[in-house]
Amino acid sequence: MTETIIMSPEDVRRAIMRIAHEIVENNRGCKDLVFVGMQTRGVPLAKRIVDCIAEFEGESPPLGTLDIGLYRDDLPDQGLNIEIKPSDIPTNIAGKRVVLVDDVLYTGRSIRAALDALIDYGRPGRIQLAVLVDRGHRELPIRADYVGKNIPTSRQDEVQVRLLEIDGSDGVLLTTAEGE
Amino acid sequence: MTMSANLPNERERSSGAATLAQEPPTSTLPHPAPGTWHHSHVLDLDDFSQEEIELVLETTGTMKEVLARQIARVPTLRGTTVVTLFYESSTRTRSSFELAGKVLGADVINIAASASSVQKGESLVDTVLTLQAIGADVLVMRHPRSGAPYLASRHTRASIINAGDGWHAHPTQALLDLFTIQSHIGDVRGRKVVIVGDITHSRVARSNLWSLTTMGAQVVVCGPPTLLPVGLEGPQGSEVESEQALPPLEVETNLDRAIKDADVVMTLRLQLERQQSGLIPSIREYCNLYQVTEERLATAKPGALVLHPGPVNEGVEISLGVAHGAQSVIEEQVANGVAVRMALLYLLSRGRS
Amino acid sequence: MNGAKSKLVIRGGRVLDPGQGIDIVGDVLISDGRITAVGAEIKDGGARVIDAKGLIVCPGLIDIHCHLRDPGFEYKETIETGTLAAAHGGFTTVCCMPNTQPPIDSRATVEYIQRTAALTASARVLPIGCVSKGRQGKEIAELGDLADAGVVAFSDDGSPVADGALMRKALEYCRALGLPISDHCEEPSLAEGGVMHEGWVAVRLGLRGQPAAAEESQVARDIALAELTGSPVHIAHVSTRGSVELVRQAKARGLPVTAEVTPHHLTLTHESVMSSTSLPNELAYDTNAKVSPPLRTADDVAACVEGLRDGTIDAIATDHAPHAPVDKLCEFDDAPSGISGFETALGLVLTLVHAGKLELAAVIEKMTAGPVAALRLDRHEGLAGLGSLAAGAPGDVTVFDPNAEWTVEPERFASKGKNTPLAGRVLKGQVVMTISNGRQVFARDEVTV
Repeated sequence: MTETIIMSPEDVRRAIMRIAHEIVENNRGCKDLVFVGMQTRGVPLAKRIVDCIAEFEGESPPLGTLDIGLYRDDLPDQGLNIEIKPSDIPTNIAGKRVVLVDDVLYTGRSIRAALDALIDYGRPGRIQLAVLVDRGHRELPIRADYVGKNIPTSRQDEVQVRLLEIDGSDGVLLTTAEGE
Repeated sequence: MTMSANLPNERERSSGAATLAQEPPTSTLPHPAPGTWHHSHVLDLDDFSQEEIELVLETTGTMKEVLARQIARVPTLRGTTVVTLFYESSTRTRSSFELAGKVLGADVINIAASASSVQKGESLVDTVLTLQAIGADVLVMRHPRSGAPYLASRHTRASIINAGDGWHAHPTQALLDLFTIQSHIGDVRGRKVVIVGDITHSRVARSNLWSLTTMGAQVVVCGPPTLLPVGLEGPQGSEVESEQALPPLEVETNLDRAIKDADVVMTLRLQLERQQSGLIPSIREYCNLYQVTEERLATAKPGALVLHPGPVNEGVEISLGVAHGAQSVIEEQVANGVAVRMALLYLLSRGRS
Repeated sequence: MNGAKSKLVIRGGRVLDPGQGIDIVGDVLISDGRITAVGAEIKDGGARVIDAKGLIVCPGLIDIHCHLRDPGFEYKETIETGTLAAAHGGFTTVCCMPNTQPPIDSRATVEYIQRTAALTASARVLPIGCVSKGRQGKEIAELGDLADAGVVAFSDDGSPVADGALMRKALEYCRALGLPISDHCEEPSLAEGGVMHEGWVAVRLGLRGQPAAAEESQVARDIALAELTGSPVHIAHVSTRGSVELVRQAKARGLPVTAEVTPHHLTLTHESVMSSTSLPNELAYDTNAKVSPPLRTADDVAACVEGLRDGTIDAIATDHAPHAPVDKLCEFDDAPSGISGFETALGLVLTLVHAGKLELAAVIEKMTAGPVAALRLDRHEGLAGLGSLAAGAPGDVTVFDPNAEWTVEPERFASKGKNTPLAGRVLKGQVVMTISNGRQVFARDEVTV
């Protein structure tokens, strides 16, 4: 097994900064923007993006959290952890421009579940997706609007995003399987 | 959720019963890591570790959020068939389970035993096998005989949730009681909880005994001696201490002594037919000695909670004043029932590996 | 097998006849269906030889309390299957209780049992007649006619003789007949429908229990009536410390009181209802452990063992109570009581011998001479010497290996009743051959797997 650091703490910081700018540019400002971070690491990521925007735009778009535990379709493969936290969407998202934030985009199933969940809260005007890492291998027709870094991987590889708020430090690690 | 280490016999450790010199007996029951779930059924809380109870309570919090939405519906249990099989009628509990299933998107079928072929003498095992054949994934059972859900669980692949069996257990009630208590006073560790009433015939008391002692509360049961079962103190004399025995508790026949400085007062329903079977001389005498009145409640800790599993015989178990007073959380108990049952349905369907 | 005229010598075993004080390595000769001789080396003279080296050879075991269910409940057991199971368990004589359908309260039923036994049974069947008509507990049955027809005792088992006045009248009437009454002691108003022992296990399981006092109060009553009438009272299946103590005191005063205990009341406690070997991690609510009187506490078990040791209890009786599997596959409250016990009795009792709590000779005595003395069975025609290897005694012999380990597998029982809480348990001690009236009725190596 080989572990490679794909993104250093500086890389992470710059990527978040760039994504924040891209979102504001793409949406022509902050009007109607609502950020929703996906549990678990999407939450601090979304907060950092919102904080970034607050710095250069002077506005803080509303920020919510989403736990897709009740919407997943991959039940038996979910692994051991079945905790679900409450979701918290502080505003009415009807007609708003929702930006979903997650750490890694992989098969796309989590995002599909998140779309179902969001629509249960109301009918957004637009939903966009921002991810720190896109590692490929989509199983559904889902794409990210904003990507920190594209990392080609094989299915046996492991991508780990670490964030200061949860893991104590920032970074993205790629662990490749042996004999690759 | 607290990340506590897995210790054998968590319950004994937290109640202070084991001394440092003693090695706590290792339980044969599994103690899963936090966030994991090993139950195929929810029959009673005697085999739930502290971590598992905390997982249920956390999940209940999430379910409350779902219930608070404008459209309270999620697709989690789509395609799952939940059957409520009630051999005792109960509008409250059954509709609570029905709602829980429907909010989670499950198909819910209600079977009232009197309306079904059970009247014709179909045995419990036959009924359970039939329900399995028609696709029941979860069976919510209420039965007048203690042990019935255990028998059922051995003859079906479905998950069984015990909605009350005879005098034995009512785990969902105890969980919603605990959730309600914690939502007001937080951690129950070290708190004094008094359970008052007909303990002998109470499945609510028994299940609460397990959950409260597992979570570290100090439990006192109080009632007339004829309604306190022989053997409540556990194995005596030369009997070997069994890990399957009852949890530690205090027994008191005087309510004024029991209720003093209590943090929580849990009152139990008195079946009025107990007077007919001669177990108590009269309802009047019961009220004099065991009713939770404002005067008695005043000797408990300030702000002590008053619970009742319902339906309440106002003026019998608790006075009208207490029933409608600020310290009563009886209505919240009912509301929390749906969320707790949703949590269990979710954990049973997702947790099985 | 050859008829009663054949000769049989059982050679080289440890011959244990506690009733006569015999404990030697030697031979037993049976001819014409009767014990002929016991000695160190007997010439066989053309007899069939059975090699019993390393085995115990004792008088055929006698069970003074069992349920054959026939007539009326043949789906649970018949005289044929029940006595075959008895033979598998080493029993050559069984006394069957009268809770059949019709109950044994008339000559006709006694004669039915005797006829059926003569044709199909693998053991001697001695019927016990009802105390009351129909076992209803209201009027005494035709005790004289029943005695004449051949019953060896009276009982209303599985019910108690609840009415003290009726028990007194029956005892008085029996003075003329010289037959004992065996009472299932359970005061109904104290038992209150309890389905197990009243104690912490019942609390744990949420089941209604019956207190020891329900048994003891009726034991005390029966002892007082034995004193009043001078007529012999036999206490069936004692189960509590208090009952044993009452019998002890009664005997000390020279009253005509005898008592029996079951193998399960000598070894199992009320915890068996809660935990079962086949279900180690959950509450079993094991209906196979539902029995009347119920399994009690470890202290009661110890008292029963002590009662056997000091002679307070005269006999070990199985209370073999077979039920069909469907009967026991229900909620605990609704299940009928009873353990199918013939085939595990000896093995279970030997666990006490292996644990050093009882002597082997004492145990054999309680299953041979003891039961005979308790009900005075040897006074009946043709039964002189029953329970012993005295010359002229019936040719009933049990040969067993006290050290053979085996696993209890109820599906392989000869009895129709597979209801036992011992499934999967390993016992040490197994019957190798059973000879009844000089005829081999069971041999383990001929049991088809």
